[in-house]
Amino acid sequence: MVRFFNALGAPLLSFFQYLGELVLLAADTFRSIFTHRLRWKLFLNQVVEIGLLSQLVVVITGGFTGAVFAAQTFFQFNKIGMGSATGAVVSVSICRELGPVLTALMVAGRVGAAMSAEIGTMKVTEQIDALRALAVYPTDYLVVPRALAMMISMPLLVAECIAVGIAAGYFVAIFMLDINGTYYMANMVKWTRSRDIIMGLSKAFCFGILIVFISCQKGLSAREGAVGVGRATTEAVVNSSLAVLICNFFLTMLLNIIYPAGYQ
Amino acid sequence: MIEAPPSSKPSAQPRVVSGHSSPMIAVRSLAKKIGQQEILRGVDLEVATGETLAIIGRSGGGKSVLLKHLVGLMTPDAGEICIDGQNIIGMNERQLGAIRKKVGILFQGGALFDSMTVEENIAFPLREAGERDPKALQAKVEEILEVIEMEGQQDKMPESLSGGMKKRVGLARSIIRRPSCVLYDEPTSGLDPVVADSINRLIRRLQQRLGVTSVVVTHDMKSAFDVANHVAYLHEGRIYFYGTPIELQQTRDPILQDFLLGRSDGRGD
Repeated sequence: MVRFFNALGAPLLSFFQYLGELVLLAADTFRSIFTHRLRWKLFLNQVVEIGLLSQLVVVITGGFTGAVFAAQTFFQFNKIGMGSATGAVVSVSICRELGPVLTALMVAGRVGAAMSAEIGTMKVTEQIDALRALAVYPTDYLVVPRALAMMISMPLLVAECIAVGIAAGYFVAIFMLDINGTYYMANMVKWTRSRDIIMGLSKAFCFGILIVFISCQKGLSAREGAVGVGRATTEAVVNSSLAVLICNFFLTMLLNIIYPAGYQ
Repeated sequence: MIEAPPSSKPSAQPRVVSGHSSPMIAVRSLAKKIGQQEILRGVDLEVATGETLAIIGRSGGGKSVLLKHLVGLMTPDAGEICIDGQNIIGMNERQLGAIRKKVGILFQGGALFDSMTVEENIAFPLREAGERDPKALQAKVEEILEVIEMEGQQDKMPESLSGGMKKRVGLARSIIRRPSCVLYDEPTSGLDPVVADSINRLIRRLQQRLGVTSVVVTHDMKSAFDVANHVAYLHEGRIYFYGTPIELQQTRDPILQDFLLGRSDGRGD
């Protein structure tokens, strides 16, 4: 029994230490946002990197998810004569779940990995030490622009994913599955509320924060050369993705209290 | 620690030596353990304002670790470090910023920002200090490129520079804000003798013209003898010898003799 707890102790301690480091980095970043000047050029570069350059990935993800979801929903609902309800199901699901989660997973893979690799390489090549030696605080220079850009870009990317997903679902339903367009739209508009969109965008903001701090922390703690940077990058993507999926459940339960689902 | 005149036995109690009344850098009983290894075991050292101190010692002996402590890049387990009269131990990163503006450091590999050109690297400290006028920045960069003998190279990326060029650009970046002290981590390692000599000349020029206090960590004895007013030999985590280059050359201490003559102790046989 003692051996069991001993074996459990070390990973548990290192997990809590990791959580502590994440919280400290987040606290340091928010303190810096409110007390130190923003480097606008770096911030705008990150908006381009995170927001603009992720659009193709997000559009493809949203589009094909909306399309396949509309098709699968129709195949099932049509059996019980509810084919025209497809639009409502697709729209609400994409707004509340699929849009934010899939966008977050794609951004974690594309942007989180890049952040972790870039900062990790700077760490192992002494560039972060050089920043510190030049009296530049790494959190101000590296983390704050990325965090702010992520907080702004993620909701916009999710909004885009939702819009493209709904449009693709509509296209498939009307032109490929021969659903009546008027009923499809009427049901979709009736069952989709502004709170569904707010819920999706709230999740996007939270997921953006998770991805940016997990990725930056992994980069800042990278060690042992190229192998260390590779490990940090992999861990950043895996941890960000898991954090998104786990937090999504709790956010859904919490936000459903504030923004309940359904026609009320 | 051995002091001049050289003796064959190191004294049991290390003593701080400088010969000047107002040290720019004062290190007292500095200790650092990394993992299970004791890297520094109570280093005592002073560097007077305007002088150049060379820290020599065997590879892995803690010279670079000591240098990083001087600018607060590493935190010691025990001891005190005073820079220009201010104890930096216990300062947080933001408080250290004020100290770091006074102290430039040249990293072993240059540590250039690889996403920036040579010009952007050199101008970086000035931009961070609030200088925005592109003409003023360009003029200062060109002036310092001339000093490091790299005119016309401002648009190159670090990846296209040789090791020596990277070190010179790193040096330019660390001195462009005119710090009162510059720390050099192996400034001539891996360089051909001509480039190494140009770096040594630059270090001397900074001391003579600008009165910059310098600490040079090196294996290169020619470099140490060329640039230093004093030499400190770091051995087993302590300062084993402190004296002038001439005193070091005249020493009969076997450990120092082995180091100076590049003799191994036969353990590899």
